[in-house]
Amino acid sequence: MADPMISVDRLTVEYGTSRVLDQVSLEVQRGEVMVMLGGSGSGKSTFLRHIIGLEQPTSGTVRVLGTDINHCSAKELKSVRRRMGVAFQEAALFDSMSLEENVSLPVRELTTLADPVIQIMTYMKLAAVGLGESGKQMPQELSGGMRKRAAVARATALDPEILLFDEPSAGLDPIVAAGLDQLILLLKRVFNMTMFVVTHELASAFNIADRIAMLYQGSLIAVESKDAFRANTHPRIRQFLDRQPDAIGTSTVAQQRLEELAGISGAKA
Amino acid sequence: MRILERIGNRVIRDLSYVGGLTIQFAQGMRAIPHVLPIGGKPRRWQTAMRQMMAIGVDALPIIALMSISVGFILAMQIGSELRRWGALQYVMDTVAIGFTREIGPLLTALAVSGRSGSAFSAEIGSMVVTNEIDALRTMAIDPIEFVLTPKYIAAMIVIPCLTVMSNAFGILAGWAFMYITTKIGLSMYLDYIYNSIDMRDVFSGLLKSLIFATIIVQVGCREGFRVKGGADAVGRSATSAVVRSTLLVILADAFFTAIFYLVRRD
Repeated sequence: MADPMISVDRLTVEYGTSRVLDQVSLEVQRGEVMVMLGGSGSGKSTFLRHIIGLEQPTSGTVRVLGTDINHCSAKELKSVRRRMGVAFQEAALFDSMSLEENVSLPVRELTTLADPVIQIMTYMKLAAVGLGESGKQMPQELSGGMRKRAAVARATALDPEILLFDEPSAGLDPIVAAGLDQLILLLKRVFNMTMFVVTHELASAFNIADRIAMLYQGSLIAVESKDAFRANTHPRIRQFLDRQPDAIGTSTVAQQRLEELAGISGAKA
Repeated sequence: MRILERIGNRVIRDLSYVGGLTIQFAQGMRAIPHVLPIGGKPRRWQTAMRQMMAIGVDALPIIALMSISVGFILAMQIGSELRRWGALQYVMDTVAIGFTREIGPLLTALAVSGRSGSAFSAEIGSMVVTNEIDALRTMAIDPIEFVLTPKYIAAMIVIPCLTVMSNAFGILAGWAFMYITTKIGLSMYLDYIYNSIDMRDVFSGLLKSLIFATIIVQVGCREGFRVKGGADAVGRSATSAVVRSTLLVILADAFFTAIFYLVRRD
């Protein structure tokens, strides 16, 4: 098999005394859509930030396109980042720039292409996400779904080999979210991009994924095809798939605390 | 033991703050060639020009008003003493020397720190909160070069200019006082001022204004980059940008005035 596009080996992250990621290893192959599922606080956003190289891990290595991004020169890191695009959860568009300027920014910054070429590229990227005629608008004039699509246009501006998404469908209505899923599938089909998507939306995950990885309390509890994942019997995965809530009221700690507050037990005296 | 621990903690925190500022300053300096109009990256210089408008041109009315007021106050306060000794003409020297050496640069720095220092930290802080700074880094664009350096270049150009304007307005306010009390004409007043101003004073004042510009931009941006959390943290960063840069401006002023004093004595 060819070298993986992203290869994470025993990634461990600690903030102070709490361990957010514990020996997580994962490989993403060329052209595949890997979806990382996990509840809130499971460490999936932290995992993504480490793949992008925004943070230094406590231990373990992260290789993207064959480069160890935590132990490489600034120049190597730059060339890796040129080949990957990131669409952030809140879109992270620059408020002071129009959509066009946002999308053309990476092209202007990292290439020496002439202005007319950049304009054509920008229009094509915006048209690909259905925003071809909105280029002059400012980000704050757009709806949440449009902003996210614009973020995808910006992330794909330099035709990256790897595209990373942080919660693409969070905060969107189901129709807009489905549209975004379709866009992801289209990009994969047309450009053969490798994608890594972090989400907690099950419908979206089953729609776009080739493989699903599930993170729970900082550890990977599954990395498998979506059919195998659907049939997985791990209690936490079942709970996630069947949308069962955590039992809050029945834990003994909570029970004790409630009794204390109600003055039933003599704990205070 | 606990006191020692606290002092140690505080010292380490402050030292690491200063260290962070120094690293940021060095990165900002290295990025300067990329922002210059010739040989720089596209659109950076336009950003710097916009910042010059925001930091400099837009601040001119308030700095003019402050300088005129302080010039007049200074002239009145000194004048009421000197009048008793029949030495009213020394008001002119006091205003000229006071503004060129000290009040012009300091007043300008305080006004800019209040207006723009807080704006820098709020702007960068909200970029941190909305992941825009992260987005820059993932696009292989250096946030320091993209955000800080245009501001720094703009401030280094316009703050000395504002200082000169402040000097001029302060000295004119001195004339207003002298005209009311002694009916001295403007040309005669300016002649007198021209003779009493030492160009070394003007240059030492401008040198100080460059140092103040560095402090305001570096501290303002540092506070912004340090933001963690939400809107609340952005607000706090704006406050601490103003408080810290004001304090550092005054400390630096004391330090450099002492040096100029020692140099001048010889």
